[in-house]
Amino acid sequence: MVSRRQFIKNTGKASFALWLGATSNGFANAAFITYAPSNFTPFVKIEKNGKITIFNTKPEMGQGTFQSVPALIAEELEVSLDAITIVQTSGEKQFGGGQAAGGSSSIRGNYDAYRKIGAAAKEMLIKAASVKWGIGIESCYAENGSVHSKLSKEHLSYGDLIEEASKLEVPKEPKLKNKSDFKIIGKSIQRPDVPLKVSGKAEYGIDVEVPNMVYATVFRSPVIGGTLKSFDADATLKIPGVIKVVEAKTTVGKYQYSGVAVIAKSYWSALQGRKVLKVEWETNGYENFNLSDYENKLRNLSKETGVLDKNIGNVESVKTEPGNSVESFYETPMVAHHTLEPMNCIAHVNGEMLTIWTSTQVPSAITGSGPNDLHSQIGMKPENITLHSKFIGGGFGRRLYTDYVIEAVNIAKQIEQPVKVIWSREDTTQHSAVRPMTFSQLKGGFSKEGELISFQHKVISPSYFDSVGPNFDKTKVDAIMIEGIGEQAYQIPNIKTSYVYADFHVPVAAWRSVTSSTVAFAHECFIDELAHKVKKDPLDFRLQMLDKDSDTKRVLLKLKEVSNWDKPLPKGKGRGVAQWEFFAGLCAHVVEVSVTKDNTIKIDKVYAVIDLGEVVNPDNVKNQIEGSIVMALTAAIKTGITIENGKIKQSNFHDNPMIRMHETPEIEVHILADGGKIKGVGEPGLPPFAPALANAIFSITGKRIKKMPFDLKLS
Amino acid sequence: MAIINLKINSKEYSIDVDPQMPLLWAIRDFVGLKGTKYGCGIAQCGACTVHLNGQPVRSCSLPVAAVANKNITTIEGLSDDNSHPVQKAWIEEQVPQCGYCQSGQIMAAAALLSKNASPNDADIDAAMQGHICRCGTYPRIKRAIKKASENKP
Ligand code: FES
Ligand code: FES
Repeated sequence: MVSRRQFIKNTGKASFALWLGATSNGFANAAFITYAPSNFTPFVKIEKNGKITIFNTKPEMGQGTFQSVPALIAEELEVSLDAITIVQTSGEKQFGGGQAAGGSSSIRGNYDAYRKIGAAAKEMLIKAASVKWGIGIESCYAENGSVHSKLSKEHLSYGDLIEEASKLEVPKEPKLKNKSDFKIIGKSIQRPDVPLKVSGKAEYGIDVEVPNMVYATVFRSPVIGGTLKSFDADATLKIPGVIKVVEAKTTVGKYQYSGVAVIAKSYWSALQGRKVLKVEWETNGYENFNLSDYENKLRNLSKETGVLDKNIGNVESVKTEPGNSVESFYETPMVAHHTLEPMNCIAHVNGEMLTIWTSTQVPSAITGSGPNDLHSQIGMKPENITLHSKFIGGGFGRRLYTDYVIEAVNIAKQIEQPVKVIWSREDTTQHSAVRPMTFSQLKGGFSKEGELISFQHKVISPSYFDSVGPNFDKTKVDAIMIEGIGEQAYQIPNIKTSYVYADFHVPVAAWRSVTSSTVAFAHECFIDELAHKVKKDPLDFRLQMLDKDSDTKRVLLKLKEVSNWDKPLPKGKGRGVAQWEFFAGLCAHVVEVSVTKDNTIKIDKVYAVIDLGEVVNPDNVKNQIEGSIVMALTAAIKTGITIENGKIKQSNFHDNPMIRMHETPEIEVHILADGGKIKGVGEPGLPPFAPALANAIFSITGKRIKKMPFDLKLS
Repeated sequence: MAIINLKINSKEYSIDVDPQMPLLWAIRDFVGLKGTKYGCGIAQCGACTVHLNGQPVRSCSLPVAAVANKNITTIEGLSDDNSHPVQKAWIEEQVPQCGYCQSGQIMAAAALLSKNASPNDADIDAAMQGHICRCGTYPRIKRAIKKASENKP
């Protein structure tokens, strides 16, 4: 498991840094000489027959990197997307440590770096052609996989130039194209993975079959934190097809667990064997844990000062007249990722060698040699680990953890054959790290003139960093848990944000948009409360607190326009607004609602504005935002994860339901891509949705919603 | 264990399995067609949808013995070149994200359109309610179904 921090850092400029490093030590050129076909950089391979391969280092989990990453390289290389072969990398050394997808970072972290890779290769090819023709490089240009002469009709395809080009120095600062010359970036080009996903041919981890493979299912402690005492496999071993029953250990962040694996010739046989397996667990007192008690504990903890995060001005010195302040408390639940592809992994241990086939967001953490990478958890050498990284049937942060990989390896160590471990939906629901709950205490104070002069937000929650590593310092703020709250663009003279740590024994995870999916609810609903207090329009109230050149202001102004905010709604309809900026990006929504005859809130329409700086594939962005809204709606109104007597109560989609088609509102997405800071796509659509919906419901019912999930059926 | 004869995409397969095993695992792990997916195992998500004599069914919840010798169609049998009108519409609308639910969604949509050539919103909602797309591609699925119904001769 990489820490989130670490992987965000890794996914920054790492790919380009690696490439530069490769240049200075001659790697790229050496590769030309040593290998045919040759690599310009590890990311581009051009063969003599003209075949061009672009290597994509960002795992595809639905967010579109299978196209968007190669698109950046192809744009500068002057080849069309139809003309290239895309190969997904699998944590191979030559592609560096940035082979991971998370934090909406793939494009925003590498926008120029990927383009420079394509541009450098193009400059080398142009130079090679100019030497061949004996003309200056200014008389040559690249187009459609060939270099052309401006002086004659002559042209040479890239394949014909690689031998010469390979002898050249790789330019360190290649010139990038002007935006106005883009042929790929900014265009809604059909994605290459779509035909595979429409024909059933896309291969996910769960689809892989290797010769001689057996299957396994794991019985894990129903009480979270329970340990394995003993097991009796007699009945299991009599089930036809069952081969072996072994202990299965794994690691999730700082936690270690043991289960019992039933290995069989088929998954079905393994499941039958598991039904009759007798296991005794030591529940270690965790059998008495109930979520409702824990939530009371969090409410009590809100009285504590906690650790200070941001302190602008001096909140304590602000004197507000009685009646000029507002206080509020918001609560959010735990939720599951529920990737539709359940956890699964194939592992094959052959002596010292390990081969893994799986869907993962972090190939680099599986093959890497870093202190927290897979090798350290399984006691094997990183150079002996080979990964085959597959399409991912949903990531959402769940597959940043490698617990299911570690477990499969530990099982594979106990059997000769490759073993495919499949988690059932129930296993996946009840034994995966969850998005932690956050409780928020908020205070706001106005001047006599009705100006917001003080704002406080205290988050009370378990800690992500405490969960992923053993050495969390409780005297410090967990930056993940207070994500975004101190960084809002609102200009308020006195701001204080703080964090109260709550001890928890359940592993917690980053869940698409991380803590922002919870704290934004509290923050942006409270901003609405404040606007209401001074009888201001909630959108204007926000705009008035924003600097004229802030990105947030641009987004809200656009939203105001596209949602026809200034046009009054017909009677019986209401609307709400919310925005959120955090590490992944910036998005804002207006939600329009009405009340049906049976006294239920109906979401009539959602308007979304996302600011990206630059956009690669606008249609894909729209798909992402539509999906983000659907996912955020599930989190807002459907049951979260609860724990009773130490066990996760929910198990499958009947008791942990997801939004379905008939519940999906109409969604209209607008993209801002007018330059400025480049921002992410995959996550920013989630955080502002729940508060915009709750604010819309308030506008129509006059009732403040302060707890997620909430019911659309009005009481 | 028992020998079960299956007819999948007009091909015959003979497999030796527990008759109670769901059709899903027969299709995936014994016949080797991986386009049909496992999502929940309890008829809640629709990822495992195949056609049984033209009707959409949840293969995770049908014992394999119950469907012996019947006509089963999986996503691989819909077309071998994405030429089915539903697949074409799915590409035109760029529906999938992660894609994991899409085989099931497409099989349900194809079954709907074979019964009802021009479904309205309510017909589509009713036919597709049993399907979960965790990535939330519902707006596109709906658009694609409408497009496929228009594209049909
Ligand atoms: S796997 Fe059959 S309906 Fe979900
Ligand atoms: S596309 Fe991912 S579950 Fe539907």
